[in-house]
Amino acid sequence: MTQFLSLLLNGISLGAIYALIALGFVIIFKASEVVSFTHGSLLLLGAYSIARLSEPLGFFLGAVVGVAITALAALAIERLIINRLRGAPVISLAIVTIGVDIILLTELIRRIGSDILNVPHPWGGGSFRIGDVGISQNRLIATIVAGVLIALFFAAFKYSSWGVSMRASAEDGETAALMGIRLGRVSALAWVVAGALAGVAALFLVGSPTPGVSPTVYTVALRAFPAAILGGLDSTGGALVGGLLIGMAESFAAGYQDQLLFLGRGFGDVVPYIVMIAVLLVRPSGLFGTKELTRV
Amino acid sequence: MLSIDALHVTYGGAVQAVRGVSMEVPDGKVVAVLGSNGAGKTTLLRTISGTLRLHRGKIESGSVRFDGAELGSRDPAQTVRMGLVQVPEGRRIFGRLTVEENLRAGGMGSRDKAAKAKAQDRVYEMFPVLKERSAQRGALLSGGEQQMLAIGRALMASPRLLLLDEPSLGLAPRIIGQIGDVIAEINRQGTSVLLVEQNATMALGVADLAYVLDVGEVSLSGDARELARTDEVQRLYLGHDSDQPQKRSAAVSGKTLSRWKQ
Repeated sequence: MTQFLSLLLNGISLGAIYALIALGFVIIFKASEVVSFTHGSLLLLGAYSIARLSEPLGFFLGAVVGVAITALAALAIERLIINRLRGAPVISLAIVTIGVDIILLTELIRRIGSDILNVPHPWGGGSFRIGDVGISQNRLIATIVAGVLIALFFAAFKYSSWGVSMRASAEDGETAALMGIRLGRVSALAWVVAGALAGVAALFLVGSPTPGVSPTVYTVALRAFPAAILGGLDSTGGALVGGLLIGMAESFAAGYQDQLLFLGRGFGDVVPYIVMIAVLLVRPSGLFGTKELTRV
Repeated sequence: MLSIDALHVTYGGAVQAVRGVSMEVPDGKVVAVLGSNGAGKTTLLRTISGTLRLHRGKIESGSVRFDGAELGSRDPAQTVRMGLVQVPEGRRIFGRLTVEENLRAGGMGSRDKAAKAKAQDRVYEMFPVLKERSAQRGALLSGGEQQMLAIGRALMASPRLLLLDEPSLGLAPRIIGQIGDVIAEINRQGTSVLLVEQNATMALGVADLAYVLDVGEVSLSGDARELARTDEVQRLYLGHDSDQPQKRSAAVSGKTLSRWKQ
């Protein structure tokens, strides 16, 4: 039971981080109709910037500037490339984002080299315990921050002018434009928000129990992607549920590894994809996705 | 107010959709544009509202001026801020947004909160059913209510000139009559209207001036009441093949009948 609760708690905290990244995927898809594969390198850029800047600037300022850099990088990608290709087929745009991702990733790997950069989280590597159920303090704080950010995001999405513009243009871009909504601005803002969320996710991903910033941070985004897909790529609620689902599945698969030994070691790493495929077999457009994404 | 001069528009550099159209919408008037499918009506509206580029269309020559300012190169958001708002064909309300959110979306072009609150009061006063259903999703409204919402949404931007693209499309004759009354009321409150229609009975009933478009060119124009009496309009749009007087509802179906006979 203790183990179960422990794994559940860790799964939720991991899932909350996935949800931050998956929300980014979803709003970019809604606003720009692009399946953005740039998130892996944006995540790594966030982690790298925070690690490099927290030494000269101190942790908190370094974190803020690092998140801002990630958001600006996302904005630059949107303004310089995606916005200029408006109207191009979805597939071409997706391939373009893969290209951007590879360029950015290669540069970051070159800079990081074989080091593991350390981010000096003030809360350190300690863990928080209630009885025998434990979670690293970093993950606990991550869960709280992610929870607050996700709540803020959903409130803004539902009530703010930005949210209404965003949902209107996601549903029918041309009509939204006819109502005076500036599609370019909606798209740019979506990328900024997605970049900032990825930056925050990076901040916590490189703390305990993960050792530090190494290129493997990149693979986390690859696990948030199934989270967005299985929730339904055009559903923000789906991204949250998908993130939590993937986080928990991964945590349980890793925790009960010994019982799952017949499936082989390292089963936890492939669980996100197995869950995604299983969900898509039953619901091809994801748990909360719209059935028909393209209108005639 | 709106003045179109010798306008030529093509799609993809090949298809000529509008060929040398000239048109005037005087301040405070309702102007109707009649024409069958493919006459260039929608292209004309796209050119005015700035959505032509989204459809790979291009102005080859001629000009579209609103209060003297050239509209050709502007994007839709700029056009809205100049006071020119289009209600798209087929209503195109945001089905997943509530009625109230649809209206909010309509006011996104301006930052003037007081003006938007006033516009919303006006919309709710004009369409009380929208107020009753303000928390419902747009998709749940009936066709007629959706058209009211589409018009109300456009009024949220407090336009000086309202462009309507076939507001009668797919609606019952009784509802079409109501739409006509709504257009007259909007005009009475000081908004000029450019009404593109296939339903000539309603359009000519509410309009001051009218133009008939035929394969991208203006074939007839003039005072709406006079135009309604001409043979061509009677035959093509009002369905009066013989001298038999017909009722309004019969006129709507008569149009379809005459087309099948050809």
